[in-house]
Amino acid sequence: MQRVGVFVCWCGSNIAGTVDVQAVSEALKNEPGVVFSANYQYMCSQAGQEMIKTAVKEHHLTGIVVCSCSPRMHEATFRKTAVAAGLNPYMVEIANIREQCSWVHKDVTAGTEKAIILGKAAIAKVNLNTPLTPGESPVTKRALVIGGGIAGIQTALDIADAGFPVDVVEKQPTIGGKMAQLDKTFPTLDCAACILTPKMVDVAQNDKIRIFSYSEVTDVRGFVGNFDVTIKKKARFVKEDVCTGCGACVEKCPMKKIPNEFNLGMDNRHAIYIPFAQAVPKVATIDPDACNMLKNGKCGICSKVCAAGAIDYKQKDEIIEETYGAIVVATGFNPISMEKFDEYAYSQSKDVITSLEFERLTNAAGPTAGMLVRPSDGKHPHTLVFVQCVGSRCESCAEKGKEYCSKICCMYTAKHAMLTRDKYPDTEVYVFYVDVRTPGKNFDEFYRRAVEEYGVKYVKGMVGKIVPEGDKLKVQASDLIANKQLHLDADLVVLAAAIEPDHSARPLATMLTASMDTNDFFTEAHPKLRPVESPTAGVFLSGTCQGPKDIPETVSQAGAAASKVIGLLVKDKLTGNPCVAIANELTCNGCSSCERVCPYGAISYLDKEFRMPDRTTKIRRVASVNPAVCQGCGACTVACPSGAMDLNGFMNNQIMAEVDAICK
Amino acid sequence: MQKITREQLIDQASELLANGTVSTVLGWGAGEFGYDVTPTLFKTAEEMQNGFVFNDFCGANFSKYLVSKTKTLEGKLLVFLKPCDTYSFNQLLTEHRFDREKVYVVGIPCEGMADIAKVKEISGEGISSIASDGDRIVVTTLYADAPVKIDARNVLAERCIHCKSKKHVAYDTLLGEEGDVVASARFDEVTRLESMTPDERFAFWQNELSKCIRCNACRDACPACTCETCVFDNPKSGVENKSPSNSFEEQMFHIIRAFHVAGRCTDCGECARVCPQNIPLHLLNRKFIKDINTFYGEYQAGAEVGSRSPLTDYTTEDLEPSEIFVGRNEHA
Repeated sequence: MQRVGVFVCWCGSNIAGTVDVQAVSEALKNEPGVVFSANYQYMCSQAGQEMIKTAVKEHHLTGIVVCSCSPRMHEATFRKTAVAAGLNPYMVEIANIREQCSWVHKDVTAGTEKAIILGKAAIAKVNLNTPLTPGESPVTKRALVIGGGIAGIQTALDIADAGFPVDVVEKQPTIGGKMAQLDKTFPTLDCAACILTPKMVDVAQNDKIRIFSYSEVTDVRGFVGNFDVTIKKKARFVKEDVCTGCGACVEKCPMKKIPNEFNLGMDNRHAIYIPFAQAVPKVATIDPDACNMLKNGKCGICSKVCAAGAIDYKQKDEIIEETYGAIVVATGFNPISMEKFDEYAYSQSKDVITSLEFERLTNAAGPTAGMLVRPSDGKHPHTLVFVQCVGSRCESCAEKGKEYCSKICCMYTAKHAMLTRDKYPDTEVYVFYVDVRTPGKNFDEFYRRAVEEYGVKYVKGMVGKIVPEGDKLKVQASDLIANKQLHLDADLVVLAAAIEPDHSARPLATMLTASMDTNDFFTEAHPKLRPVESPTAGVFLSGTCQGPKDIPETVSQAGAAASKVIGLLVKDKLTGNPCVAIANELTCNGCSSCERVCPYGAISYLDKEFRMPDRTTKIRRVASVNPAVCQGCGACTVACPSGAMDLNGFMNNQIMAEVDAICK
Repeated sequence: MQKITREQLIDQASELLANGTVSTVLGWGAGEFGYDVTPTLFKTAEEMQNGFVFNDFCGANFSKYLVSKTKTLEGKLLVFLKPCDTYSFNQLLTEHRFDREKVYVVGIPCEGMADIAKVKEISGEGISSIASDGDRIVVTTLYADAPVKIDARNVLAERCIHCKSKKHVAYDTLLGEEGDVVASARFDEVTRLESMTPDERFAFWQNELSKCIRCNACRDACPACTCETCVFDNPKSGVENKSPSNSFEEQMFHIIRAFHVAGRCTDCGECARVCPQNIPLHLLNRKFIKDINTFYGEYQAGAEVGSRSPLTDYTTEDLEPSEIFVGRNEHA
């Protein structure tokens, strides 16, 4: 029999306002096993905890029931108190008489009655508690970063800086991500490449970092500290360690009409290509869908011109298996498809482009070498119309757009408008907006400069329709402030397309058992207090995979994620949760029901020898739980037809005792 | 009434015994009366000639016997399985309850088995002998002057009237022709119960379950009941071996059992067949099967080895609880 102490907390007036705490501690005094019962203003305070410790010593308590707030708040506190008093931490039970009682009741009589019942349930449970000892698992001191954009790059550099090896998996042939495609960056107008490429080089040269480019994560197993990850390194038909990136093959390749993804299809590349001059790794990749040699065995020119002998048409996908202690998701974003936005004539006119296409069009390394010209006829545009919120904040058009604000468009549109006016003073630039949102350091000043110094014409209102007519784009819009319709003849229209998570994120989330919101952004463990951790232990979030972000925010989140990873990797061992499933081998019949429902793969089967009452032995198949992998979700305990599976700390008999106590 | 004869079965078994494929045969032997045939082990062809029985009362599903028998016997065990029995066989294999390598299955066709309760309703009590004569069952009783001839089709067991499959889903040798899954009206009675008011339904089940004498025959015969220690035999459970002291307990026994086998029950009907009180226990299981079909799509436990019961599986197509509620309303 336990010797139980009951401690009823007032929580100031939070509990005592609606619950007669004196009556609760009096009523619980007579419950089975209870030898001490008291109440106090703040049980979690130093004095309250001292009261518990003293009671444990004086009354030789073996179990503690604290009637207080949610266990999410102070269970850990009272477990530490129990340890300090010489008890096992799992001999503490919390009756939540605040969130589940005083805060939801107004009537003192009813509230008190319920508090007593909740207290009785906790006492019934603690009477059946047994001391539990957590297991330990080692930590593999290596991190995986999925995604090689600015978020992944910064996270990898920061982790490597702390001395831990990092692998970066990037599905494109080069790291760099979206930032590599940008021209200038707001609000300081540094050239994106100038600030990004040194970091890309740092990654390449860091001996702690391995880059798996043109690769994908295909499987993730295991748990925090020990993730077993399978990475598929797609065949690029070029030996990465041999290729010097000289580009001779690219020059000679006869297949040169392949739309160039890096320039968003605004120019062409060859079947063998290096995405851009500063690519990391700077090695060529053969596009198997375009290469004649790979499709029908005719050509082979690149192989002939390659002085290094790096071309390998027989290269196969390579499967890499590696163990990691922590995983950082940095899968980034893409602009949404504009195909459904017929009103803006994106599919009808080449001169209606997205903002990312505009970035390439003004980039010195872009398809026009930085000359702002119309994609249709190469002429200099005089009237430019920028349309903001295309698909963002789109409550009524959820089937084609997004309900959320994409956050970065106001600033980059101001940047585009300002740069256009700066470089081409003969242009007229209109920006149609719903709201201009510029909360960020020096952001609003930047936007004001665009309006006041550069004469960008901001019009509050949306564009209703764009119709190509001759070489002009007829723009119909409303000016909500002047309350009139506007008709403009534009030469170029730039759509600030909403951004969405990369499509690889959803399957990855499934592999990681990490949760996502309805927009496929990864969910953080706590929106305010744990913004870079996913609810899945050991999985961290960096950059726009968690929500729309600009570069400064992405970089700070990347650093934050890195610091969380470092905090995990410096540990030699992780203390597990002792509340894991256990199989009763005497009643288990080895039917595999539990194995089938276990989301973590924690259950395996052993053929075990049992000594029977008649002194014979019998070999039976029985379940065995790996406590390091088990997360204590309890799925197996309900799936087991024999009742052989149980959960430490939440044993079937404990739950039944609680129910009985409540129903009595 | 059966298309296959006792001799054909003995010949098949004798051949397999003689060439050493199997060491033992699990078949039917005579019981105390002509109609209560009993599962029996045979070691030789001679033993079979003397004691093997095959008639319209060989309803017992042998699948469950394999769990214990394969653990103690040397060599392979031959077992005769009717189509419905093979579903239980597969389900037990899915649950790793015996070693497939230790069993040799002879699939036998089935024209439906007779229900002795129905026979007695016609013939009266005191049966002294019972024999098959073509499509008829000839019953002699102590009290009637002349033997009563009964059309076997009129005394088919309930589960055979609503036979769900003539197809063997597992066998090593098949006697007769391969059958098919057949359309059955087995859920009609469930639908009738569902259309009752809650009070009527409660009264129906209270009446039926109050007949229970807690003999545990349903549990002992059920091929889905193969726990190492049954909760009703486990002293720690607090419900061990109790005779029903009140109506709540007798109802709970059967409802707990129905939940226990839900998703794993193949609807073999053994529970209702062996019930000495003729409680239609199979209806509880069929209600679960019908609901699983409605909510998660058609699922037949035991149709294949290794299939996952929808109740212990998750797919993104699964209904949300709210949708299930809507489904139920539409259903009603």
